[in-house]
Amino acid sequence: MSDQTRTHAINMDTLGRTHPSRKLRDETITLQAKKLNLFYGEKQALRNIDLMIPENRVSAFIGPSGCGKSTLLRCFNRMNDLVDNCHIDGAIHLHKKNIYARDVDVAELRRRVGMVFQKPNPFPKSIYENTAYGLRLHGIKNKRVLDEAVEKSLQAAALWDEVKDRLHDNALGLSGGQQQRLVIARAIAIEPEVLLLDEPASALDPISTLKIEELINELKENYTIVIVTHNMQQAARVSDYTAFMYMGELIEFDNTEKIFTNPSAKRTEDYITGRYG
Amino acid sequence: MMHDWMKSGSPWIWMNAAAVSLSIIIVLGLLALIAVRGLGHFWPARVVEQNYNPPNAQALRVIGEIHDTEAVSAESLKDMGLALESDAKWLQRRLIKTGNRDILGSDFRWLLDIYTSESRYPKEVITIERREWGNFYGFLTTIKENGIVIAEGEAAWQETLKRLQRAQEIFKEIRYIEKDEIGDINYGIETLRLKQRRLELKKELTETRHQNIGRERAILQGEYRRLQKTLSTLYKDIGRDSITAIVMNGQIVTIPLSKVVRMYRSNTLNVFQRLGLYFSKMWEFVSDEPREANTEGGIFPAIFGTVMMVTIMSLMVTPFGVVAAIYLREYAKQGVITRTIRIAVNNLAGVPSIVYGVFGLGFFVYFLGGNIDQLFFPEALPAPTYGTPGILWSSLTLAILTVPVVIVATEEGLSRIPRAIREGSLALGATKAETLWRTVLPMTTPAIMTGMILAVARAAGEVAPLMLVGVVKLAPSLPLDDNFPFLHLDRKFMHLGFHIYDVGFQSPNVEAARPLVYATALLLVLVIVILNLAAIWLRNRLRERYRGLES
Repeated sequence: MSDQTRTHAINMDTLGRTHPSRKLRDETITLQAKKLNLFYGEKQALRNIDLMIPENRVSAFIGPSGCGKSTLLRCFNRMNDLVDNCHIDGAIHLHKKNIYARDVDVAELRRRVGMVFQKPNPFPKSIYENTAYGLRLHGIKNKRVLDEAVEKSLQAAALWDEVKDRLHDNALGLSGGQQQRLVIARAIAIEPEVLLLDEPASALDPISTLKIEELINELKENYTIVIVTHNMQQAARVSDYTAFMYMGELIEFDNTEKIFTNPSAKRTEDYITGRYG
Repeated sequence: MMHDWMKSGSPWIWMNAAAVSLSIIIVLGLLALIAVRGLGHFWPARVVEQNYNPPNAQALRVIGEIHDTEAVSAESLKDMGLALESDAKWLQRRLIKTGNRDILGSDFRWLLDIYTSESRYPKEVITIERREWGNFYGFLTTIKENGIVIAEGEAAWQETLKRLQRAQEIFKEIRYIEKDEIGDINYGIETLRLKQRRLELKKELTETRHQNIGRERAILQGEYRRLQKTLSTLYKDIGRDSITAIVMNGQIVTIPLSKVVRMYRSNTLNVFQRLGLYFSKMWEFVSDEPREANTEGGIFPAIFGTVMMVTIMSLMVTPFGVVAAIYLREYAKQGVITRTIRIAVNNLAGVPSIVYGVFGLGFFVYFLGGNIDQLFFPEALPAPTYGTPGILWSSLTLAILTVPVVIVATEEGLSRIPRAIREGSLALGATKAETLWRTVLPMTTPAIMTGMILAVARAAGEVAPLMLVGVVKLAPSLPLDDNFPFLHLDRKFMHLGFHIYDVGFQSPNVEAARPLVYATALLLVLVIVILNLAAIWLRNRLRERYRGLES
């Protein structure tokens, strides 16, 4: 494991990263968690998280199962609101505005912070209707506007060429990888500022995974991306910044290259090198 | 050996298979019984003529159709006061439909086989289905026009057939005028009366309005008089011809052709003619209105009433049940209260249906209907409009009866929608309501349809509550017609289930009604099957769309 990881760490140079030694303090910050604590009933799932997500970069959350990385991700678009007994202390700022403030419209927030889940979850509608779902929610009815947006989103999600002849077929007829890209297209159709990806490739085969990773690389031009992944190579391949979490705590958040080659925390190094996890 | 066999599970498989087979046999047997008994009714049977010489009684000549045969014990015959000369313990007897109720007093007669002799099937014997008094069996003697004999014997038969056709055409015309045209005029006059009364109550009946109404009424009344005149000439026309015929006891009777529905020489018919008659009788049964206290004619109003009542019921129960289920499952805080409500809803399904009937009568008819009359139809009072049993209240009562089924099925459907789908929609910025409306509910439709199918199946077979809230033995008009506003939800209606009860147990002529009971039962089953198949077909089409989700 450790050898493999190192191989990837070395190979990172070949991925075409433009700023291998980029510093977080030079970035514009989109999302910022401040002293975030989250409880499921009595059980504390997140402890005192302080974190800044830079704009138009890919930030990855890694860590062993149950460390709270998905929970943290779901805090950014308040998906945890849906969980009974869940309560949150602290704040998350999206462009300096606390999304947990009282006057925040959650639906509006979720339009600005899109999310893609672990298992592809297209609606049992046509490919077209899936992509246009968010737009229709906005009240857009004009067919030409919808057509254009659908085509644009599907192209951005690298799915257009595969489905352009069967836009009105049921989305459930697509393969898993195609479904996941459709879900991404659906999320970017409403042009969010942030895209949260919760292990987007864990249910996919290697080829589909590769396509999703390429897609992430392209999407970061326009979107701030936060990705949770189990797969450290994936984090190393796609992300600019990586956060390592352990037992509900954020251990380290830094430039990906630094995390994978020269982590400052002992626990990060232990995890990266496969000593536990 | 035995042990191994037990262990293999085979006995269980056999037992299960036996249980399934038994259920199927029972269902099929039931259907076969009502089908055979019911469908046999329409077969134009041959007419037998025979002599009957019972001891200590007058000898008889009997003409009629053989309806039934059975073995009867000598013991019970003696108990009935019959002097028997035979020593046999069991005797065969036949039920002969002799018809001619007006002359003989009853339609049916039991004949013991041992005293009958000289059975024959004369070619000339005629069967007449009459509009009154049931069937006639006998021999045609003459045909008369305005009381004057114009043909006798074989010539009379040909002449009669020709003139019967004419009489039937006139009859159709009369019926159209009476039912449709005069019915419309009466409806119009009643509407005018109510309009005038309404204006009076509101004190808005000005002189011009009064005159306008009077003018309209005069037009309708003029129309009515014109139709009456037409009718009286038609009645004279149709009463022109009559026949005379000999009955089995030798009496000669006169039958006006206006009273004849169908006339045929049963013993001369070949298979195809018989089949033709059979289907025409069957068609009459499903498409015509009942005659003779429901023992003759068709049951179309009952079929129509049943289907319409069930349709209205489903239109009401589905939205109501779905809304309730959505609240219970999606919005209400899950806890003791929702659990209690769920138990209560499930128990509602177990309440005896007559209790719902009583509730419907008290709440819907008297309370709701009474108040609606006070508020919206004061002009018709004291005659109630909605404050009396009717199809609307029947549908509502059955809707309450079936709403638990819809709620349970819908809740189940809602709980089966994967969480990922809801989250997917919410993550796109949909509110909970939008998610429900755009994604969850459409995906729940197959489950909702299942609930509706169960509701329809239950409602279509329910009779007891309906007797309190709207079903009648004979409804003068259908709840749907060509008079504005077309749908008359206040009207009483006929129902197949109640019809079975009425024909079977309230009819003065039990033997004649029995096959009708089977035929009506068969139709009721058919109607329910068709309603269910339609709903299932619809559900399967919807399911097709969401099939990919099952995995």
